[in-house]
Amino acid sequence: MSTLGVVRLLVWKDLILELRSREILTAMTVFAMLVAVMFNFAFSPSAQDARRLLPGMLWITLAFASTLGLSRSFVLERDQQCLEALRLSVLDPGLIYAGKLLSNLLALLVVGALLLPALAVIAGVPLGPQLGPLAAVLALGSVGLVAVGTVFSVMSVSTRSREVLLPILLLPLAAPVLISAVRATLTILAGRPWADILPGVRLLVAFDAIFLTVGYLVFEHLLEE
Amino acid sequence: MATTVTERAGPTSRTVDWRGLLVGAGGLIGVLGLYLALLYAPEEATMSHAQRIFYVHVPAAWTGFLAFAVVFAASIGFLWTRRRAFDLAAHASTEIGVVFTTLAILSGAVWGRSAWGTWWTWDPRLTTTFMLWFIYVVVLMVRAAGGSGGQSARFAAALGIIGFLDIPLIHLSVVWWRSLHPLPVVVRPEGFGSGLPPEMLTALLVNVAAFTALYAALFSIRRAQMAAQDALAALREAARRPAMRRDRPGMEEGKR
Repeated sequence: MSTLGVVRLLVWKDLILELRSREILTAMTVFAMLVAVMFNFAFSPSAQDARRLLPGMLWITLAFASTLGLSRSFVLERDQQCLEALRLSVLDPGLIYAGKLLSNLLALLVVGALLLPALAVIAGVPLGPQLGPLAAVLALGSVGLVAVGTVFSVMSVSTRSREVLLPILLLPLAAPVLISAVRATLTILAGRPWADILPGVRLLVAFDAIFLTVGYLVFEHLLEE
Repeated sequence: MATTVTERAGPTSRTVDWRGLLVGAGGLIGVLGLYLALLYAPEEATMSHAQRIFYVHVPAAWTGFLAFAVVFAASIGFLWTRRRAFDLAAHASTEIGVVFTTLAILSGAVWGRSAWGTWWTWDPRLTTTFMLWFIYVVVLMVRAAGGSGGQSARFAAALGIIGFLDIPLIHLSVVWWRSLHPLPVVVRPEGFGSGLPPEMLTALLVNVAAFTALYAALFSIRRAQMAAQDALAALREAARRPAMRRDRPGMEEGKR
């Protein structure tokens, strides 16, 4: 089977599982919305504040929501001994990483696509013309988050403390992605020209590339029994 | 493990006790460093004696970074070869690095209180060091959380690699973040080199040497300790097992 076919099959398997159970995506979305509402209780921002607070609220919510999905991502595999099967298969572990990463990314993108407009409505920030750049930053930041997160989800599923470990691993190590994503979102919402936004986007692309490469290289060693 | 017997008997005429030598040398340089830092180096014009924290702070920070660089190299070595020795080195160095980074952060806070009037500020260098500290505390947590077989060692090695690569990225993102949001007061940690009188530089370098020797001593002691733990575990395992097995101690097959 071709490389692409393998990855597509792995993602397809996760999608079918998710379509049947609707477990992860529902939990992530509801959780994200709840956090968004809680943020508004906590800050009750004025229209002026909202523009400044929205990037932080968006990315913190996404980071938290991603830990929910990531912690389940390999639990399902383990419970049904699917992880054993994957280990025994002759697949390149890097492909398993790619497959898992893509299905995690899909989930996070769906949540992000729902969360961003919801936050904008709740906080009263018009997104309008900035939607394009915002979507790009959202995608780039999500890639960075799941690139690190997928590595840690396979790690946390095998340790004694399991899910407890995942957020503790993810937040400090995904910090560069989160910091630059927040910053890029902020510059976009402030209506700055493209020249001001570009350095942040470039930084995000670089981080994504680094994390994807390291994740790919390291994953093989983490999958072993 | 025939060496343990000679070690217990103390250094004999033929063996050189490197560890003891290191500790002794570190202690001697340390005393010299203290003298240089407290008495020899001149008083700083604006910061007065509080500046002398510098002679602890910079060596501690340097040693912390050195320790984490060792973790990085040993982690790569471990994932590459799966030799237990690399894992022990990474583990020992992580512990020591966390201790020295903690010392650097605390001494920096005390100095900052005196020089800047605040214990903490989100300056890029401070933020990066703080995240660095967090990452390696997490590595220790992963080691403590364990996993079956050699898993926790592999996880810690992966983290040791990702964490070390993360540091420049965090620094980059924070610098960019701050450079758009300038702080009201320009606070910059003391940089060394250009503006430093030669006496101060001497005192600093001697202290850096002392801390580095201390690191090397702690590292070799901790490593030996862990190796002894391994040997003990292997002996216990062998005693429990009726069949004769001549596996090398501490290898990963122990699980089955």
